[in-house]
Amino acid sequence: MNCIIIDDEATARVIIGQLCSNVKELTILEEFPNAIQAIKYLNQNEIDLIFLDIHMPDFTGFDFIETLKNPPKIILTTSDSNFAIQAFEYDCIIDYLVKPISPERFLKAIQKAKDKSNVPSISSDSSEKIGTRSGNDLYVNIDRRLIKIDIPSIYLIEAKGDYINVKTEEKNYTVHSTLKKIEDKLPENLFLKVHRSYIINIKKIVDIEDNSVLIKRDVIPVSRSNRPELMKRLNLL
Amino acid sequence: MEKPNLSYIESMSGGDKAFEKKLINIIKTEFPLEKEEFYNNYKSENFKLTAENVHKLKHKISILGLEKSYEIAIAFENNLLEGDTLLYLEFEAILINMTNYLKQL
Repeated sequence: MNCIIIDDEATARVIIGQLCSNVKELTILEEFPNAIQAIKYLNQNEIDLIFLDIHMPDFTGFDFIETLKNPPKIILTTSDSNFAIQAFEYDCIIDYLVKPISPERFLKAIQKAKDKSNVPSISSDSSEKIGTRSGNDLYVNIDRRLIKIDIPSIYLIEAKGDYINVKTEEKNYTVHSTLKKIEDKLPENLFLKVHRSYIINIKKIVDIEDNSVLIKRDVIPVSRSNRPELMKRLNLL
Repeated sequence: MEKPNLSYIESMSGGDKAFEKKLINIIKTEFPLEKEEFYNNYKSENFKLTAENVHKLKHKISILGLEKSYEIAIAFENNLLEGDTLLYLEFEAILINMTNYLKQL
């Protein structure tokens, strides 16, 4: 992992640099005494991990994160434990190290960064693929970006050749994947495959008529073999 | 008063004496500057900036293994943000303790 260190204290930068030197997967590319210099660097270089101090004059660590469009993984390093809750509001922050950082605690944070790296890497082509699921979220790879979709907001998924169309309350996503793959990533209690080309969110059903179901404004066919399972899931009077 | 020590630095270095020397030299360079800034801001009664100086000095206090002093620094930093300077003398004693220790390294 290519890393940079942002900390206004030289002592802290040297310590983090030393801790990194003991981990063969880490390469420190640059060190910065302030966030402004780092922003300029990040505009021209891709990195995997930032060790970021929160408490810096003029521009705090959180201000810095807000400026990043696609922030890499960030490990916060601070002498203040009071920001921990705020820190975890950011998806990019993977750990929060309170100074002085012990080698053991540092290694734990790096392990978290490595675990997070196991997310399928963003492919270089512009095709769209199913990413990974974390709690209520599903990540899909669209144009080199992992886009987060809130799973409960999905109401319908339809197969379209080599692609699937994921329809949510807010927008639709065309993803290069299969119904089978996405079915494995969705909670069984919420979603049901009602036809070889359709998976529906059963909470979003408006009504059912013979061999079709109305989801929002979409009328979806229900195959004969899947109908008993659908009926079983309904709270019938 | 508790005595500063190199336990943390040694735990970091894994026996790498060159690293220990490098780190101590950086602390010796940086500490007087931070201390000066602290005194200047305190004299100007800019307690918000003084609190920031204490915040930064806190790290060096902990690096030198001064656990009780670290707690005093946390309290002093918080108090300064409220305009309360009651712990000034205690904090100054910590800085003097560190200064004397760093001189002998």
